[in-house]
Amino acid sequence: RAPPRNSEFLTLTYGALVTQMLRDLENVEDVNKQLERIGYNMGMRLIEDFLARTSAPRCMEMRETADRIQQAFRIYLNIQPSITNWSTASDEFSLQFETNPLTEFVELPPDLNNLRYCAIITGCIRGALEMVQLDVQCWFVQDQLKGDNVTEVRVKFIRRLEDAIPAGED
Amino acid sequence: MFLVCLFTRINRFSLTFKMIIYGVYIVSKSGGLIFNLDNNVPRIEHEKTFTYPLDIILDYSPKKVSVVFNRKDGINVGHILVAVNGMVVNGATLEDGRDVKTLLETADNYPLNLKFGRPKMTTNEKIFLASMFYPLFAIASQLSPENKSSGIELLETDTFTLHCFQTLTGVKFIVVSETGLVGMDILLRKIYELYSDYALKNPFYSLEMPIRCELFDSKLQLLLDMIEKTGINNLDK
Repeated sequence: RAPPRNSEFLTLTYGALVTQMLRDLENVEDVNKQLERIGYNMGMRLIEDFLARTSAPRCMEMRETADRIQQAFRIYLNIQPSITNWSTASDEFSLQFETNPLTEFVELPPDLNNLRYCAIITGCIRGALEMVQLDVQCWFVQDQLKGDNVTEVRVKFIRRLEDAIPAGED
Repeated sequence: MFLVCLFTRINRFSLTFKMIIYGVYIVSKSGGLIFNLDNNVPRIEHEKTFTYPLDIILDYSPKKVSVVFNRKDGINVGHILVAVNGMVVNGATLEDGRDVKTLLETADNYPLNLKFGRPKMTTNEKIFLASMFYPLFAIASQLSPENKSSGIELLETDTFTLHCFQTLTGVKFIVVSETGLVGMDILLRKIYELYSDYALKNPFYSLEMPIRCELFDSKLQLLLDMIEKTGINNLDK
């Protein structure tokens, strides 16, 4: 599938959403939470699109999952995060972004230092993986908007949702 | 002349591809029927004027009047009474409230023009069947002599074949078609794509709920029309 014609449109729309939410909610923590939730709901739907288009089989280890997530970023945001910092138990890894289309024109004002501007991404990963019966935790370790060199998202495997696995799949 | 020839050749060529899809069903992760489409089901109806006494044997139940024996002129066992003298039958009564049984058993009313047809499944019956397929699918995967097995992917009878595709998220796509078709997995995947595009990306569609999206309906119909005309191999990716 062709990458988005003009990713600036996405960037600007997302910026408008975040500023609107800051205006509506005032409390930065609430904005973080809402962005996460929106991402979660998007992920639950987007996963079907991803599976329908890629015909990816079920992942049986975390490394496969990491590759799939990387592939999804390539498809939907046209960026390729690198996968690094594996934990020794292979249940935790990081996605490092050199560039992030969502933050292309963004400078974070000092009073918004607590804002997780891209919280939609972590929500999306969590929602999508939950639909394929993987419970994960997902959070930001580094953020270019806050002066770090790269943006780093950490993904941690919690458990497989055995009850939710469809019959004939387990 | 040559062009006409070529045209008829192409026409005949594509006819050999003709494939019949009877219906498409989508069953949600929790086993509820969230979408169904009847496509191309031949409507069988026979109308005939009868004299007293009736030479077919009927069964009168509160829900329907059906033929139990003595088939004739295309009116088959299992068909139900659709209309009397052009007036629609609702269950065991006529539109104007008269009871069908007393009407048919009174000699003075004859000759009567009766219309019989194959019973159509109601939405409730479809929901019922979809939720029956759900455990059947699960049982199949457990019956497996091998260590692991998928659920039912293909169910074949002498009049139709049922193809089922379950996504990793647990949604089942089911296509009922004529027997002997190949490449139905491509069609099922294509329907999955349509579902992820026109149902899930619709902001007003809530997950697990019945799909009432006109765009989805029309795109699916378009897809079915296309493969009925040109075959499954011509699906563009």
